[in-house]
Amino acid sequence: MVRYFLNKFFYMLVSILILITATFFLMKAIPGDPFMSEKKVPPEVQARLYQQYGLDQPVWKQYLKYMGNIAQGDLGISMKQLNQDVSGLIGKTFSASLKLGLVAIVVSVVIGVLLGMLAALYHRRLIDNLAMVIAVLGIAVPGFLVAALLQYVFSYKLHMFRVMGFTGPLDYVLPVAALSFQPIAFIARLTRSSMLEVLHAEYIKTAKAKGLSWAQIMFKHVIRNGIMPVVTYVGPMTANIVTGSVVIEQIFGIGGIGKQFVQAIGVRDYTLIMGITIFYGVLLMLARFATDILYVFIDPRVKLVGRKEG
Amino acid sequence: MKKSKSLLLMIALVLVIGTALAGCGGNKANNGNTASPTNAAGNTNTGSGDEKLAADQTLRLNMSADVPTFDPGQAQDSQSNVALKLMYEGLVRIDKDGKEGPGVAEKWDISADGLVYTFHLRDSQWSNGDPVTANDFVFAWKRVLDPATVPAPPYAQQLYYLKNAEQFNKGEIKDFSQVGVKAVDEHTLEVTLNNPTAYFLNLMSFYTYFPVHKSVEGNEKWATDPKTMITNGPFTLTNWITGQSVEYTKNDKYWDKDDIKLNKITATIVNEASTEVLSYKNGEIDRAGAPNGDIPPDQIPVLKNELPDDFTLKAIASIYYYEFNTKAEPFDNAKIRKAFSMAISRQDIVDKVTLASQVPAFGYIPPGIKGASEGSEYRNDYKDDFFKEDYTEAKKLLEEGMKEKGYTTLPPVTLIYNTSEGHKKIALAIADMWKKNLGIDVKTENQEWGVFIKNRQNGDYQVARAGWNPDYNDPMTFLDMWKTGNGNNDIKFDNAEYNKLLDDAYKEVDNTKRMESFHKAEEILIKDEMGVMPIYYYTQVSLQKPYLKGLVSQYDGTVDYSKAYLLEH
Amino acid sequence: MSVNQTLSSQSTQLKPEDFVQVSTDKKVAETIERESISAWRDSMYRLRQNKMAMTALVAMIIIIIAAIVGPLISKYNYYSNDLLNTNQPPSSEHWFGTDDLGRDMWVRTWMGARISLIVGLAAAMIDLFIGVIYGGIMGYFGGRVDEIMNKFSEILYSIPYLLVTILLLVVLEPSLGTIILALTITGWINMSWIVRGEIMQLKNREFVLASRSMGASSGRLLFRHLLPNAVGPIIVTITLSVPSAIFAEAFLSFLGLGVQAPVSSLGSMVNDARTGWMTYPWRMIFPAAAISVTMLAFNILGDGLRDALDPKLKK
Repeated sequence: MVRYFLNKFFYMLVSILILITATFFLMKAIPGDPFMSEKKVPPEVQARLYQQYGLDQPVWKQYLKYMGNIAQGDLGISMKQLNQDVSGLIGKTFSASLKLGLVAIVVSVVIGVLLGMLAALYHRRLIDNLAMVIAVLGIAVPGFLVAALLQYVFSYKLHMFRVMGFTGPLDYVLPVAALSFQPIAFIARLTRSSMLEVLHAEYIKTAKAKGLSWAQIMFKHVIRNGIMPVVTYVGPMTANIVTGSVVIEQIFGIGGIGKQFVQAIGVRDYTLIMGITIFYGVLLMLARFATDILYVFIDPRVKLVGRKEG
Repeated sequence: MKKSKSLLLMIALVLVIGTALAGCGGNKANNGNTASPTNAAGNTNTGSGDEKLAADQTLRLNMSADVPTFDPGQAQDSQSNVALKLMYEGLVRIDKDGKEGPGVAEKWDISADGLVYTFHLRDSQWSNGDPVTANDFVFAWKRVLDPATVPAPPYAQQLYYLKNAEQFNKGEIKDFSQVGVKAVDEHTLEVTLNNPTAYFLNLMSFYTYFPVHKSVEGNEKWATDPKTMITNGPFTLTNWITGQSVEYTKNDKYWDKDDIKLNKITATIVNEASTEVLSYKNGEIDRAGAPNGDIPPDQIPVLKNELPDDFTLKAIASIYYYEFNTKAEPFDNAKIRKAFSMAISRQDIVDKVTLASQVPAFGYIPPGIKGASEGSEYRNDYKDDFFKEDYTEAKKLLEEGMKEKGYTTLPPVTLIYNTSEGHKKIALAIADMWKKNLGIDVKTENQEWGVFIKNRQNGDYQVARAGWNPDYNDPMTFLDMWKTGNGNNDIKFDNAEYNKLLDDAYKEVDNTKRMESFHKAEEILIKDEMGVMPIYYYTQVSLQKPYLKGLVSQYDGTVDYSKAYLLEH
Repeated sequence: MSVNQTLSSQSTQLKPEDFVQVSTDKKVAETIERESISAWRDSMYRLRQNKMAMTALVAMIIIIIAAIVGPLISKYNYYSNDLLNTNQPPSSEHWFGTDDLGRDMWVRTWMGARISLIVGLAAAMIDLFIGVIYGGIMGYFGGRVDEIMNKFSEILYSIPYLLVTILLLVVLEPSLGTIILALTITGWINMSWIVRGEIMQLKNREFVLASRSMGASSGRLLFRHLLPNAVGPIIVTITLSVPSAIFAEAFLSFLGLGVQAPVSSLGSMVNDARTGWMTYPWRMIFPAAAISVTMLAFNILGDGLRDALDPKLKK
């Protein structure tokens, strides 16, 4: 077990190194730099800025220097948000996205799985079709449109919530609703599809034949097996949602990390781009790792240490 | 009997409500949809007897972007401008009439040759109780100019008016005492300029000239935390959530605190124009739109009718134009450039596309820029009649130009613009006009900001969208950019006579002669060469609750919220 | 059901003649599938029985025909402005009204549908192709192969997608192909993960063990046994990756990296209309409805296909 984790950790470390390298050179290959502006500053000032931030060096030297800093755990300071620590900025904006994201994930999984299960159990009946229409609407309507509609109806017409701002618990309602719309749809469909499969599987027939009660079949077999693809999806989805939705954060005025990242790319805030990329990378790999572990707990047929075959 | 009683009651009710409504309507006159750039203050109605202040003096705003820095020496954008005007007090502060009123300086003397300014500072305090002295200004200005400052202040050139400032900033002079700023004593600041500069006093209200507290030395993170920001303005920053909200609270140490009626200013940070408007309509914010927010052009015609009392249009001294790369085919020919410029309908663009009553531009210097004499405007003294839109003439010019260049068909033309709904619409409309009026297919290409800016500055384009807002109130800020070798000369304009006219204007003391030079230069730029294609002079659209008063806005559209107040509503 | 079967088989007397010796030839021994043609016919039959799916299929065909024919039957084109007739509501002149530059919304909607369908289908097909093979290999071989391939996809997934797109548009001409390429660079990864998860789960099942013990090759196991059994999640994912590609393109347009105006996709039209949708609802409704119907059709048809193709649902 310890060896398994060490092994995983080693792979993750190598991956992060490759990720940093690839992103660094990719970022430098794109036109523009942090100190471009429509109104040019005097060349002397420009040159001084480049020199102070080390941008006058060849790219490979900048890379080595950055790697050196990373090795010491230093993500540096933002180049556009003056003198702000990159780690501090990530911390601040991620906490906003995380709070919102966790609520949205719980809501999506609960509603999505329920809808999917209902649809599967009442396959090709009214409930199934209804649930699937809801699910498809979630996929068919763009996120910003959902957000705009929610704002219009619940804030402007019904005065139930504020249009924008993010301070009290009530301010969570609309962004969470907008954020969970698509995942609910996705989860509902995955659940339905995989539950249907399970319901038709031989072991369920066997279980029925053995005379197990409906509840026993559902909880011991159907849900446990039917939920596998959902688990596969929820792993990366968690990473996706907690890393912030640009559109939702922009429309509702939430100081989240998704908005921060797109802005950083727009203004070529090199240190911040790198910092958030690394952070996202680690987060994603941890989420995927957790998914693999979850597999083992849910499905005993999957072994932790992948067998070497054929 | 009973019936008639209730009827009476009804009539009385209607009457009461009617008068109440009429009372509300009475304020309309102050918010006329005027588009006069000289009207420096948007709402000049202050302190008339029957106004009653609202109990809660909290102003709620939205900002379309976070404030990149709260350090006056490092700022270079409009959001910082709004923030720093609240948090700091310069030597002067622009008053509601657009004049330079006293700030930290109580009064000032200007030498006869216009080169030496002596500012007499009042007794005033920083937010921690320390006195604000002349040395704080010297310290702040030195900080901006010092080549050792990290990061290098991008707006250092705003201080180049001071004697030897440029040389010190570029490292040619090492001794700061040679720079034209000196604290004679705690309360006297003496400033020496290179040239007499008519607008220098106005610049004293600009953030790069704001004082900075000495505690910032050795603490490079001071401007990232409200706790370490010691300021001297009417408000202090009390809360800042990155990318989400800011909150300012009235500063009790401010010298003119009795004149400040707001207790708090809060701002959300939402970069989504339709959300901002909805939030305004919902009563969550007191003002929406420029300069710190945004209103979608799509909604302008509707808002004008829906909220006539709130809708405000103001012309500002900025210009929207297209740049021709005069070194790229086919725009290395003046006749072809002229043909393109004459083949569009600016009035249609303004009326049908941009919708905010912008003024079609046939020159390069916008209204609102000062002219030769006190109170005059350059654009009034010199009309922008450098060319006319004329499609037949345009076609003729195009043919002539093509002949000169030896073309049988025009090389393919691409128009580039950076991502924005507004830029896209204008580009499509203009390309369509070119197709209809000149018979030329122009490709429009949307580019990501960084890519766009690099292409434009490197000359990798044919026609590019551009806009310019002034750094100071003088035609020079619009014209010196087209001098040969200027960093902003993206059209690669290269005209010896033009350069000479501007060099003359730099040295000229007589303002009338300067304006003459500017006019001749503008004539070369537009009439003779059509190096750029003017499109329109900007306006600024905002929604403002009728009960919000006392904003001070300037010729360039910047707004000072510090003296604002809210009436009972 | 199985109980009944057991009972009935007990009551039948078996004679030695009833047994046939199984060939020891590995290939023949392995062949236990139904005939492929009849399986296909069987599936199509079941699909035709599914009314919802058939409605969806009809809707999709209508949209595709409209996307091809729609622009041709109007006298307007998608790019010409008419500044005297901006933001006109639907009328006999302009069936879907006009937009903010006076362009005909009918033509633009169907031109947009063309672009969106091309982008969505092309991206989804590429996602399917790469994702299924990659994910299948990852899941089937496991161990070090899985570890390395998995990490590679994770790295690719973590590289800021916007940076890649910006660079692609700088290096290549901003065209439809470039945008499809940008969408598929990371688009297939999700598919590969879904497939990997399915295969990991399936590969230790009895029927696979049986097949393997009978000597089936890895390729055969993967493509004839494992992947067909994972067809459900694959089809669901693919029907979802059409919409997500269409929306990803809309998001790129939002950032100025999508198809170049005056060409537009449905997504970018909805995006253009969003600031004024309360005032000019037709500018939002028609493209949004076209997207929604397309999505709805894809999803329902996908569901129907899943039910029809899945070997486990065979009766």
